[in-house]
Amino acid sequence: MSSTGYIVAAWLVTFGVTAGYSLWVVLRGRRLSQEVPPEQRRWMTAGSRGRE
Amino acid sequence: MTTTATTSDAVTSAPTSTGSTATRVLGAASLVGIALLVVFGVFVSPPDKELGETIRILYMHVPTVSVAYLAFVVTAVGSAMYLWKRTEFWDLLAASSAEIGVVFFGLTILNGMLWGKITWGVFWRWEPRLTTTAVLFLTYIGYLAVRAVPASPRTRGTRSAVVGLLAVVNIPIVHKAVDWWRGLHQERTIFGTLKPEIQGTQAFAAYLGLMVFLLLFAWLLIHRFRVAFLAERAAESGLEGAIAERRQEAGQ
Amino acid sequence: MAERTRAAAGAPTGTVRAVLADARLVAGKDLRLELRSRVGLSQVLPFALLVVLLFAFALDPDRRVLGAATPGLYWMVVLFSSVLAVGRTFAVEAEDGVLDGLRLSGLSPAGIYLGKVGALLVELLVLDLVLALAVVVFYGTEISGPVLLAAVVATATVGIAGAGGAYGGLTARMRGRDTLLPLLLLPLLAPVLIGGTRGVEVALGRDAGPGWPWVGLLGIFALVYLTLGTLMFRPLLEDA
Repeated sequence: MSSTGYIVAAWLVTFGVTAGYSLWVVLRGRRLSQEVPPEQRRWMTAGSRGRE
Repeated sequence: MTTTATTSDAVTSAPTSTGSTATRVLGAASLVGIALLVVFGVFVSPPDKELGETIRILYMHVPTVSVAYLAFVVTAVGSAMYLWKRTEFWDLLAASSAEIGVVFFGLTILNGMLWGKITWGVFWRWEPRLTTTAVLFLTYIGYLAVRAVPASPRTRGTRSAVVGLLAVVNIPIVHKAVDWWRGLHQERTIFGTLKPEIQGTQAFAAYLGLMVFLLLFAWLLIHRFRVAFLAERAAESGLEGAIAERRQEAGQ
Repeated sequence: MAERTRAAAGAPTGTVRAVLADARLVAGKDLRLELRSRVGLSQVLPFALLVVLLFAFALDPDRRVLGAATPGLYWMVVLFSSVLAVGRTFAVEAEDGVLDGLRLSGLSPAGIYLGKVGALLVELLVLDLVLALAVVVFYGTEISGPVLLAAVVATATVGIAGAGGAYGGLTARMRGRDTLLPLLLLPLLAPVLIGGTRGVEVALGRDAGPGWPWVGLLGIFALVYLTLGTLMFRPLLEDA
């Protein structure tokens, strides 16, 4: 592989992995949101500040 | 778990995802930034006098490693605050940040290897910064492994907070040790050849890269924290559901 | 034992002297336990010697590879044996619920930590010494700087015991602790391996460079982890 190939590979890997990880996080959030009662879905509103 | 009047807003517009106005703004800014970074980093900026085209890898390598260290500092702060305040927020913040740091550290190592293949002709040399990154990467894999072991939230939080603090203190020690270790073997290093005054579009691409990955980190951290929070609630309601089932089985 | 524990609990706690008294008590208990059970002597030490032997098979002794690699091999054996020793020291506590007993005994967590580290340190120093003799005999190693060698080995071992005490306490009651302990401990000990190997290379006359800066680095590592362990052992004992 030429040096151009490795540079292109570096960009593809970096943003590919970042996109893949982001997608995994977001989809997990959607799935978990369905499992949790609406009023408990956000830390800001669920009043968990004193929770351990 | 107190349900106060302020939660009525949340209920009427109950979120079905971990997105919010804040994350949408951050996400959009990140996407624009990535597009600009590709334009400037890959196409517009000229090759470096010494590094040649390989400088284009550094536009990502330097930001990923910087953001990863920032993430581990956030983990350490969260760990210390958890041991002090004992609130769920700090524990989940520390854990979320560590996972993102590990992802970015993995990318740093991959980019470093591709850079090395071009510059040295081999994927790996015991270049000090790359070596340090590898050791710390494994250190934080250990942190994630501790979190993956099932335990009560307080036990898990305490264990991982201690690991998070022991690990962050090791960062400067590993740096120093590896620097001395490789001191006798001077070779072309990733940062050693990067002149402090890169100019024009090169400097713009470098700073843009840092900005983009900082935005990405903020965006990911908010989402990841919300996922961690949801996972805790889901585990609780799962537990409550299981207890209710058992009670019904027992005819209570 | 029970009587002495109560006596220590009655003593003024919180002061440095009380902490050290607790540490002496715990270290004494651990060492007596070790002497009676002889697990270290009959299992960990033979394991270490076995690895010394295996390295000779892996790296042909006639091709000078073994001799050149001796300092690194020495520390690899010490590190892996240390993982076993740390796991052993805390497994005893966790299995019999002694850790809860210790927590309720009124001993200060810092004292318990320092006692554990002290006992571990004694065991590891014995291991270091036997291993050094084995290496000298089997690998034909000559020592040119005995003072530096002793200093490197001693400070490195304090660091290993300090970090090992903290992570041993952390993993003691965890599921899968046998695989988790090395994963946590070995990356943390990477600077000890580097410093120990380079320091020993200088002490054996393989490397001209100054050796004492390595002792300094190992000393800082030891100090940092002893301090952190002392501070962290209370939450670990109560919640981990």
